Amino acid sequence: MSTKDSARDSDTRQAGSLRLAAGILAGRASASLIRAARAGGATTVPGRVARFLIPDLLPRLARRLRHGVILVTGTNGKTTTARLVSALLAAAGHRPIHNRAGANLPAGIAAALVGGAGVDGRLQGDVGVFEVDEAALPGVAEAVRPRAVVLGNLFRDQLDRYGEVDLVAARWRRALDALGGATTVLYNADDPLVADVARGRTPSRTFGVDDPDLRPGAVLEHAADARYCYRCGVPYVYRTVTLGHLGDYRCPRCGVARPALEAAARAVRLAGVEGSSFTLASGGMALALRTMLPGLYNVYNVTAAVATALWAGVPPEVVAPTVAAFAPAFGRGERLHLDGHPVHLLLAKNPAGFNEVLRTVLADARPLVAVIAINDLAADGQDISWLWDVDFELLREAARLVVATGRRREDLAVRLKYAGLVPGTVVVEADEGRALVRGLAALDPGQPLYVIPTYTALLRLRGLLTRRGLVRGFWEA
Amino acid sequence: MVLRLCHLYPDLLNLYGDRGNILTLTHRARARGIAVEVTEVPVGRPLGDPRHYDLFFLGGGEDRQQALAAADLAGEKGEALRAAAADDAVVLAVCGGYQLLGHYYRPAEGPDLPGVGLLDVTTHHPGPGARRLIGNIVVRWADGPHPRATLVGFENHGGRTRLGPQARPLGRVVVGFGNNGEDRTEGAVQGTVVGTYLHGPLLPKNPAFADHLLARALARRYGPVALAPLDDAVEEAAHRAAVRLAGAARAWR
Repeated sequence: MSTKDSARDSDTRQAGSLRLAAGILAGRASASLIRAARAGGATTVPGRVARFLIPDLLPRLARRLRHGVILVTGTNGKTTTARLVSALLAAAGHRPIHNRAGANLPAGIAAALVGGAGVDGRLQGDVGVFEVDEAALPGVAEAVRPRAVVLGNLFRDQLDRYGEVDLVAARWRRALDALGGATTVLYNADDPLVADVARGRTPSRTFGVDDPDLRPGAVLEHAADARYCYRCGVPYVYRTVTLGHLGDYRCPRCGVARPALEAAARAVRLAGVEGSSFTLASGGMALALRTMLPGLYNVYNVTAAVATALWAGVPPEVVAPTVAAFAPAFGRGERLHLDGHPVHLLLAKNPAGFNEVLRTVLADARPLVAVIAINDLAADGQDISWLWDVDFELLREAARLVVATGRRREDLAVRLKYAGLVPGTVVVEADEGRALVRGLAALDPGQPLYVIPTYTALLRLRGLLTRRGLVRGFWEA
Repeated sequence: MVLRLCHLYPDLLNLYGDRGNILTLTHRARARGIAVEVTEVPVGRPLGDPRHYDLFFLGGGEDRQQALAAADLAGEKGEALRAAAADDAVVLAVCGGYQLLGHYYRPAEGPDLPGVGLLDVTTHHPGPGARRLIGNIVVRWADGPHPRATLVGFENHGGRTRLGPQARPLGRVVVGFGNNGEDRTEGAVQGTVVGTYLHGPLLPKNPAFADHLLARALARRYGPVALAPLDDAVEEAAHRAAVRLAGAARAWR
């Protein structure tokens, strides 16, 4: 190489660094502008601006993370799992960069990196923890070359956006094929569809729930999505069903079964909206864990996060205290207080998750008062047919009042009528604020109000509560 | 009076809350004092005597499930369904089930799935890259109780269905795509057999259509049946909201 060439090369490098700095500056400036204008959380625009200026921003910033990137995907639980992974790594002395506001498309991940970068492009963190939309996984994985991918579950969700659950599984399979052996796959072995994607890959780690006493009987609910062996087409035989189609399954024809669990939640004790406790068995260790995150779905999230943290070298002794102190993410079992009543915000966006939320609130023996808000915007899934797969029949005896609100409140009212709720226990209220007021008015002193919204309905309801100064903005949560 | 419902492949073709249709038929019959017997017939189980049933329902499924159902229908069940339809039993099929009642379904990849041939329709998938026809749909119902009667629902299909001369459309598309996104037709009717892309819980929000099917199903065994009116305020509100939301979506396009 001649001196001239090497000088030109160095010029190019410098120009590249300058361009990167300009992109980061522009992204950060847009974030400041948005915050100053109180226009929202500024969770994706900075990423879009920076990526417009620097198309290869994601790979360029990601490879500057000394300990690499961990991606978390799945239909349910991404936000909670990724937040807990980040908290566990931080407790072990790492400095994670994390898209904590839940913006999980490439622009949101770029925004998190821009937010964590100095103008010189140097990152103020040493590891990336990003939740990724299940359909965006291939593109993001290709860009950031993760050290680990955590696959949570695949439920029927937003079918109008992605077509079919099988298509998402096929995309994951291709994404993992493209990554190769430098990436560890940590996956939920209790989900037959996920296990089929990840089975036999190396390196990989499995996690799941191993507690035959948890839900006696092996009966699949209406929400179950993967009843049939992917290879044989015959129904799986379940020894236990935990939630949706998750459980301990086996194909009676080809013998494909749930892989052995390398991290297993055992002796699970659910305490309704108060959380749960269980023992996490992993590699000869048994960690006694207690979490304030409600419901069995969060036992899966905690198990996934702890398995990932242990894999990443987080010392076991910091795990239990970090898990115990970990507060629910935005709307995922968040608690607040309103007019002397506890208010529980429980996001529900698909049948399996909704059934879990219903079981969790029914652990409260008092006649139930709930506000259920169903929207059908793009982020919720525009098809609300799934309401008919939710077991609302569970509310038949227990409901004192259900206030139906959101864009599809009338659909919900029909569903509740056909679920056999006593006439008069369901009211339809177009205005979300009034829906909350009507719910509160029906409570006994000190009784909790359960608010169960889809994603965009959660944003609206939480916006109303934020304006009353009751909760912080979700980008701060 | 007993209404005998046969729910075909409840385990295989139940992609979009299809059981809402069974719940609706059951509820609306019982509200009139008509007893209801629902028999679930999964893959591999024989249907038995087709004359036993007044109404058959088939839901939708993903490609893999649909292929399993098609293989099962190629045997005894397809024969039984043809016998039942010839005997004027009502058959309602949505989405993937609708495609399987035609002559064949040609998927994006792989061999044709043979159909039952109860509807003079054929379905072709234009290829893996083709866009799915997805969204809220409003249809002017051809056999509705008044000329402006509508059916509302949600569609999500890759296959494009075309009608032959023996079948007539269930209705004309007001908002949405319908059979193929081109000729504005939606669904197919042939005798007492009805297929539609309005998937999943179609009947809860279309109570008049539910009653129309109910009356036809009962008429074969019991002669003309006058169904007493029900309080459908909740259902009608949901129907009107669906029309409004679909219209608003169109204005956005």
